[in-house]
Amino acid sequence: MAHLPDIEANGATRKGRTGFVLTQSGRKVLWAWSFLAVPILFYSWIRFYPTLSAFWISFTDWDLLRPANFVGLENYQKLFADPVFWKVFRNTFAYLIIGTPISLLLSFVIAYYLDKVTFLHSFLRALYFLPFLTTAAAMAWVWRWFYQPIPIGIINGILSNLHLPAQQFLRSPAQALPSIMVTGIWAGLGFQIIIFMAGLRAIPSTYYEAARIDGLGEWAILRKITLPLLKPTTVFLVVFSSIGFLRIFDQVYNMTSNDPGGPLNSTKPLVMMIYQTAFSSFDMGYAAAQTVVLFLILLVVSLGQLFVLRNR
Amino acid sequence: MAEMTANGYELAANRKPIRPGLILTWTVLLVGGLLMITPLLYMFSTSLKSAGQVYDLRLIPLAPSFDNYVKVLSDGRFMRWFLNSALVATTVTLSNVFFDSLVGYTLAKFEFRGRYFIFLAILSTLMIPTEMLVIPWYLMSSQLGWLDSYWGIMFPGMMTAFGTFLMKQFFETVPDDFLEAARIDGLNEFEIWWKVAMPLVMPAISALAIFTFLGNWTAFFWPLIVTTSKELYTLPVGLSSFAVEQSIQWELIMTGAALATIPTLLVFLVLQRFIVRGVMLAGLKG
Repeated sequence: MAHLPDIEANGATRKGRTGFVLTQSGRKVLWAWSFLAVPILFYSWIRFYPTLSAFWISFTDWDLLRPANFVGLENYQKLFADPVFWKVFRNTFAYLIIGTPISLLLSFVIAYYLDKVTFLHSFLRALYFLPFLTTAAAMAWVWRWFYQPIPIGIINGILSNLHLPAQQFLRSPAQALPSIMVTGIWAGLGFQIIIFMAGLRAIPSTYYEAARIDGLGEWAILRKITLPLLKPTTVFLVVFSSIGFLRIFDQVYNMTSNDPGGPLNSTKPLVMMIYQTAFSSFDMGYAAAQTVVLFLILLVVSLGQLFVLRNR
Repeated sequence: MAEMTANGYELAANRKPIRPGLILTWTVLLVGGLLMITPLLYMFSTSLKSAGQVYDLRLIPLAPSFDNYVKVLSDGRFMRWFLNSALVATTVTLSNVFFDSLVGYTLAKFEFRGRYFIFLAILSTLMIPTEMLVIPWYLMSSQLGWLDSYWGIMFPGMMTAFGTFLMKQFFETVPDDFLEAARIDGLNEFEIWWKVAMPLVMPAISALAIFTFLGNWTAFFWPLIVTTSKELYTLPVGLSSFAVEQSIQWELIMTGAALATIPTLLVFLVLQRFIVRGVMLAGLKG
């Protein structure tokens, strides 16, 4: 506060303007910038600079040992010529294209009915919400155990009690990705249910009353009132859940630790390829190019979804 | 109609034809909910079983014992990881509550040139996935000696655009008159924020705190990259390395997983209503 009079005195000569009013708001401006000083430093140094740096590294051959050389688009050419990348690309979108619709449909149906139930409501809600509070890395191991062959795995144990054939699950290139996806859907379901329920609560009950007076059935009310009014919530969850599935890592890492991303790369998502390229092979330039591709995928998918859903 | 909606039970009771349907709905929801927590139930159940009983699929163990917990906790590793996670998550949460609120408040309540630009700049960082930043962060950390340190685990999350946006939304609902009155009372701008504005947005602060804490407690990707010595692992990273080490001793792996899960579950059981409301708030406004 001590230096404020100086500004008042200088303000007259420097800016050619005087007056108590200006200094009052000038003082607030000074406060504002002093509040923002540390955050601006943080965001510039920990967010913006690394973002630019990631783009720059993607054009170099940096491997931590030798100084980086500019190599142009070489990393990108190498990536797009790599069959593993295309496998990974397909996997990443498989998590998205199967995971997002299933988890949204499930969570909406559960939220819709949970909202109608009053008896032991918060107990039921807690059952669905609890998995959201668990650690993905921990629960991945529980699910991995479930998927084990007889006599260890629970699911195969149940199948054999029902005289059904045992399944390979994580050991089969065809079943491993869906098996991991179930874990991912399970982990995110509670959050989506809670958000859907909040969206349902936000719809004014007068709308429903008016519809009932007009003689609309439950199904018509759902289609003509609930779903349209719930659209902002749905759009948010579509984008949020898509980003989550495109960035899946914790579950894959922990469920395939004996053969990361396997079997035969059948479960490997892009984030895992990035992790391996950067922190197992220390090929930083190549890994940075992969992160740029991930960034572009996320950008295109979320903007595309927003665009499509806005217009409907 | 108005009387009926005033009470949910009445609504159900007055419309008799729906009742059997409602019972069916309730039962299906209960079964679904129990299925949802089956992995948790089996995790706890197996953590109480001896190695020989693991293949026995019954949910209630024949001879439950805490031997696995004693075994897993005996070498102190889990305790260490637990404390690491608690320290990291608490520090990052406090930092977010402080800085995200301060920035959100400044952007909501101060008029100055460049305000909108700063807001957009911070918001734009939401588009950048963490995965893109980890390589520069890693190089930065190795140059500055932050690898394998608490600060190295914490620094990327000390402020978040999500939290700033959330807090800005809530500070905008605080009436200017309150702040003006405090100004006339002679409080300086920092005191006005801390003593007047902050207490008015407590629900938002608790939502932010819950989200940040949970996010950092369960965080895996960055801690996995930045830590190399076992003493500095966070609980999820430690558990992952522990599980790889045990390979087929599922009862010990389940015990480790249970130890990682128990704290958040306990907190939830105590603060259930609070947490659900916080998640709703953050999800809808954020």
